[in-house]
Amino acid sequence: MKNLLLATALIAVSGAAQAQDVVRLGTEGAYPPFNFINDAGEVAGFEREFGDELCKRAELTCEWVTNDWDSIIPNLQSGNYDAILAGMSITEEREAVIDFTQNYFPPAASAYAAMSADVDLTGVVSAQVSTIQAAYVAESGATVLEFATPDESVAAVRNGEAVAVFADQDYLAAIVAESNGELMFVGEPVQLGGGIGVGLRESDTELKEKFNAAIQTMKDDGSLNAMIEKHFGAEATKF
Amino acid sequence: MTCWETVQAYAFRSIGFGENLLPRSDFTLCQQITLIGSGLIWNVYFGVLALGFGFFFAVAVALAKSSPRRLLRKPAEWFVFIFRGSPLFIQFFLAYEALQLLPKTGINLFGITVETAWTTRAWAGALFVLFLNTSAYAAEIFHGALKSIPKGDLEAAEAYGITGWHKFRRIQWPTMLRLGWPAYTNEAIFLFHATTLVFFSGFPAFRQMGDALYYAKYFADKTFNPFVAYPIVAVYFILLTLVLTWLFALVNRRLNRHLPSNIRSSA
Amino acid sequence: MFEACADPKSIEGLTWAMCYLTSGKHIEFYWSFVTVLLLLALTAPAALAMGFAGATAARSRFIPLSLLGKGYAAIVRGVPDIIFFLFFVIALDQGLEYLKSLAVCENHSWPWQGLEFRVCPEAKIPLGRSSAIWHQAYGFGLAVFTFALVFGAFAANVLYGAMNAVPRAQLETAEAYGMSHGQVFRRILVPQMWVYALPGLSNLWMILIKATPLLFLLGVRDIVYWARELGGMKTQAYEYPHPDWRLWYFLALLVFYLVFTKLSEIVLARISARLNHGQATAGGEALRKAAA
Repeated sequence: MKNLLLATALIAVSGAAQAQDVVRLGTEGAYPPFNFINDAGEVAGFEREFGDELCKRAELTCEWVTNDWDSIIPNLQSGNYDAILAGMSITEEREAVIDFTQNYFPPAASAYAAMSADVDLTGVVSAQVSTIQAAYVAESGATVLEFATPDESVAAVRNGEAVAVFADQDYLAAIVAESNGELMFVGEPVQLGGGIGVGLRESDTELKEKFNAAIQTMKDDGSLNAMIEKHFGAEATKF
Repeated sequence: MTCWETVQAYAFRSIGFGENLLPRSDFTLCQQITLIGSGLIWNVYFGVLALGFGFFFAVAVALAKSSPRRLLRKPAEWFVFIFRGSPLFIQFFLAYEALQLLPKTGINLFGITVETAWTTRAWAGALFVLFLNTSAYAAEIFHGALKSIPKGDLEAAEAYGITGWHKFRRIQWPTMLRLGWPAYTNEAIFLFHATTLVFFSGFPAFRQMGDALYYAKYFADKTFNPFVAYPIVAVYFILLTLVLTWLFALVNRRLNRHLPSNIRSSA
Repeated sequence: MFEACADPKSIEGLTWAMCYLTSGKHIEFYWSFVTVLLLLALTAPAALAMGFAGATAARSRFIPLSLLGKGYAAIVRGVPDIIFFLFFVIALDQGLEYLKSLAVCENHSWPWQGLEFRVCPEAKIPLGRSSAIWHQAYGFGLAVFTFALVFGAFAANVLYGAMNAVPRAQLETAEAYGMSHGQVFRRILVPQMWVYALPGLSNLWMILIKATPLLFLLGVRDIVYWARELGGMKTQAYEYPHPDWRLWYFLALLVFYLVFTKLSEIVLARISARLNHGQATAGGEALRKAAA
């Protein structure tokens, strides 16, 4: 209570009638290689580098904020930050409530990973809660086992709770590669979503235009492709 | 879908009956109320079974804690300390991790294979944790109640020649229940509230079958609006708490029926 | 932190462990224990204050006030705290910003447009350009207030019962001596109420300690948040890759909570002994017997 009063009082006193010139970028921080928190405690990953570059090109001062995946959109609506850069796929149902810039990552495949090559993909498949992957598994007729975080869904396959995990191929690539043969990709990759875009409030048209312009310049001069290759490897799909 | 059709499709979805796919668009208030209400079945299941089994175990632990024999008292004290001293959230997580370490294909006991895969399912694993947790809290309440039994009552019983098991059954047990009942009512309310943590911490939802909070979260995430789904759960729980308080008040009145009306404690 | 840790991929064994446990994220983990303790230190008196206000209101003879006090206790106790935390904090945040917008914004449009909440930039709390520390402090403040509100309702219930438990004879004697209603309340009721309130309040303190894992729901980076974050499997993209170590981190949290509970029990037993000194209760009797 004291902190709240003190902070509010100080802010009220120091607040001048200046326009807000800091753009706050919200991210999850738990989804390498897109975004994660490195061992120094800072936001890192493809989206960190991309976001910093975007702000530089749009001539904005940006600050990074982390937020739980579940409340990432309500907090955007509430104004706690101004944009979402959290590996969020452009989907129709999200388009209904927020706006997206053009995609800065091409539509990515989602894939199944399992402990052996001949698993029944209509059995128990794990996925992260509230993702397009979880919805896809539920519709495919398999038994979906949902976890709060992506690494818990992978852990479920390792300990036998699920026969396979269905997640972003890029997210699983590093895990499969480092699993010493324990995990492997199975089945066919599935294209879901319209690529990854920056999430914005529907009323924030000015910011959307600035970001769109900046993303276009990054696509045109090839720097976006270079960034994708740096974080996702040479075989990653590019623009 | 009309509201009645929605109710028919989703009223028992949380236990696997009805429409398989959860609503994905055009969310109506009727859908939210029905599905969240169906999730309440799990909360009631956990609460009733954990409380029911936990009651008897708690009495046993309370007696063990009051026992002069060290072999009974020490384990009881440690059990109560560990389960009262750590958050339920962490207990769920550790239990889930520990149960996963059991061999998936079952344990071989004297030639018979005992299945273990079911232990990590929420209906079993989480229930077990809730059972242990509520037993620890209730054991502490009953232990305190045992200590508060008026000395005079026990001495009068011995003077009448009522000793041992009879003294326990006719004097200590009813008085212990009566003295501990208000605190036990509180504990029951806390337990029912705590059942919402099951699918929030560690235990995964199988086939999208979860409790009231799980479905509330589903709707809050899908509609990006927490101000409809969560208040619905809140109202359901207020009603559940009222029903629980009323039931426990009935028992309280029965436990206090022999006292003069001016010192009977109010429910 | 140390020079040996400059290149984590090249070290092994004990050095690796030492560097790992002193990495930036781990230092934040250790600081989060302080955050939790600070939260408890601020919430307990705040909850007590709210409970006191609630109990006094519930006992008032002014019907609306009495209904307010009883309603506060009943509704907040009836809702599981996790659900309360999930929607209350956003609602509170928006409510405060709305109030501020009435004061500082030039044009007062209704902020709730569809699903969005829009106020002029001056009304945001904290301001968009404030440094990260203010945002964290604000989040922390909201968490303290919400916790205090929830546990204040339980405290109101306990204090209401305790106030009713003070023997009527004491109050009547005070009135017979000519004390006013306020004087009876301040000089007789409140000091005597504590001994009856203590078992319930100490129980509430234990429950409050156990409720702190829910802090991460309020956006505060508490110990559970860091345990999950640090324990999860880490690929080579990180400086210190490791398999799933959440079990060990959660065991460490378990030990922390058990130690803290034990310390609390010892302190509360001492307070109970002091309050029961000379009282005509079972506790007082036990003290006298122990002394004899």
